[in-house]
Amino acid sequence: MTQQMDHLLSEYLRMDRLPHIWCAGCGLGIILHSYVEALKETGLDLDKVVTVSGIGCAGRASGYVNTDAFHTTHGRALPFATGISVSRPDLKTAVISGDGDLFAIGGNHLIHAARRNVDMLVICSNNFNYGMTGAQFGPTTPPRTRTPTSPYGSVENPFNLVALVASAGATMVSRWTVFHVYQLRNAIKKGLTRKGFSFIEVISPCTTGFGRLNRQSPLDMMRQLRDNSRVRKVHPTEALIDPFGEIILGDFVEVERPTYNEALAALKGEADE
Amino acid sequence: MAREVLTGNHFVNGDWACAEGAVSAGCRFYAAYPITPATEIAERLAQRFPSLGGKFVQFEDEIGAMASVLGASFSGLKAMTATSGPGISLMLENLGLAVMTEAPCVVVNVMRGGPSTGQPTGGAQGDVMQCRWGMHGDVEIIALAPSSVQEMYDLTVEAFNLSEAFRVPVFLLSDANIGHMYEKLVIPEVDELRIVDRKKPMVPPKDYRPYEADESMVPPMASFGDGYRFYSTGLTHNEMGYPDTSAEAQDRLVRRLSDKIRRNADRITRVDRMMVDDCDVLVVAYGITARSAATAVKQAREQGLKAGLLRLVTLWPFPDKVLEELAGRVKGVVVAEMNYGQLVREVERAVRPVPVRFLPKLGENPHSPAEILEAVRRMAP
Repeated sequence: MTQQMDHLLSEYLRMDRLPHIWCAGCGLGIILHSYVEALKETGLDLDKVVTVSGIGCAGRASGYVNTDAFHTTHGRALPFATGISVSRPDLKTAVISGDGDLFAIGGNHLIHAARRNVDMLVICSNNFNYGMTGAQFGPTTPPRTRTPTSPYGSVENPFNLVALVASAGATMVSRWTVFHVYQLRNAIKKGLTRKGFSFIEVISPCTTGFGRLNRQSPLDMMRQLRDNSRVRKVHPTEALIDPFGEIILGDFVEVERPTYNEALAALKGEADE
Repeated sequence: MAREVLTGNHFVNGDWACAEGAVSAGCRFYAAYPITPATEIAERLAQRFPSLGGKFVQFEDEIGAMASVLGASFSGLKAMTATSGPGISLMLENLGLAVMTEAPCVVVNVMRGGPSTGQPTGGAQGDVMQCRWGMHGDVEIIALAPSSVQEMYDLTVEAFNLSEAFRVPVFLLSDANIGHMYEKLVIPEVDELRIVDRKKPMVPPKDYRPYEADESMVPPMASFGDGYRFYSTGLTHNEMGYPDTSAEAQDRLVRRLSDKIRRNADRITRVDRMMVDDCDVLVVAYGITARSAATAVKQAREQGLKAGLLRLVTLWPFPDKVLEELAGRVKGVVVAEMNYGQLVREVERAVRPVPVRFLPKLGENPHSPAEILEAVRRMAP
């Protein structure tokens, strides 16, 4: 009989799925850890939580969490999760996915889920590139970055994720990094326990892709997150982000407005025919 | 609380009948993007659902609508979407996920002329192969083709029953003519309706293996929130639902996903036979086209021509056995469909070496009985 390693969080993880697939130095392990710690600290009933993800490295996160979990198609985590949130308002629906999945191929779903204020928490791991396919540039890659599909430098401008989501109508918007684990865990706890569309961007190093391309060691990348981050109470449009320079962090938005489920529940239908 | 089943006589269009069929079958989640000629289904359910506790979500596109139907299905609701060809083109991605993760759901395609934007208000039968082969990879699905407003109701109920029984997306392949046609609809009494619900796991959560099936090849399905804490993925997976992209896992999974339909084809397929027992010329048609064909066959008989009609109610799985059996008795086959040659290929394959005459139809107007009668006459010995 094999002995299963015991851990304070083993109840929250699918221990039979470990070790995970992520590279050494990748931030996704810290994001997963923060999520399950937040689950533990909120005391939510794990039977009543559904964890959904899209495709990519971050998309594998749902497979390691000991809740009901679903690994959807590329970019479609949010509409799938909307189907759950609307069908079962008593469950907590959480999405963990990456910047490419949520903002490129799934970008349209993201702004509409935020607009509707669907009851769900979205944790977006932003590593500034498409990690799983080999570090191609994406919707968050800084201009002029050389990647396998931008060998002469990217000619595109990146999204500022928190500004985009806030303007689309998200009622909670935060940005932290995998270095800021306490603030990150607190933000996740808040997102798990409040109503409405809650969005947390987590800056996370892709050591094998973006890091190697830019000649940064895993330790360099983590050090940058510590040294270049500034916590500011600013409007999300002023929350600038430069992976090689300053990154503004903080809890930028927390407002209340009727959620999608509240609005649906308030509809008065006709009696018959 | 509104009545769920509107028992009685109605004079309505096919889209309305489809919406009521969904309500009667127990559908309580509908997501869609507006598109002609399927919009009336969305409009009817938007009106009906709030007082029934159902959820209507108008999505930003058909991709999202289809993905949300899966989310609702795994949340334990019976879920449906309706669209037309351009919408199906966008839904195919998550239809593949529905096949792979075995999500029961109903997808209505009120077909219009294509390719591309085509003829938005013009009926066609051009998406017959799309629903069968549009997804990447090896898939088996079920597709039903209603010929009347009544069947828009009846076959919508049947589509839900089949999807729940086999954990597979079921297509209702209608067209603009049937969807927009007004006819009498009789909705039965509640206790006359046959409603099938998915098989739920009977084992405690610790023993639940989400993708382990018995000889039925259909695994019991837990819902989110039931306490089973299952994981499901579009990746090739093992019986636990965990990713396993080995050659063995792919072979085992894809065979089961396909065989659960193939080996039950006799149970699933439905045809309607009219005067086929002694016919020399067999007309094969489905949907709106079968109505003209029925008239043509009657006229042929009046003229002393031994014609018969095989109306296909199930297009997929294709009723091979029925056609193979009839092929031994007939001298020729006429296939009429509103496209430039799709299901005729299946018929040719099944009846070989019996000669087949094909009557294509492009451009919204169904075949006239006279055209089909003329083809029967040319085919008659």
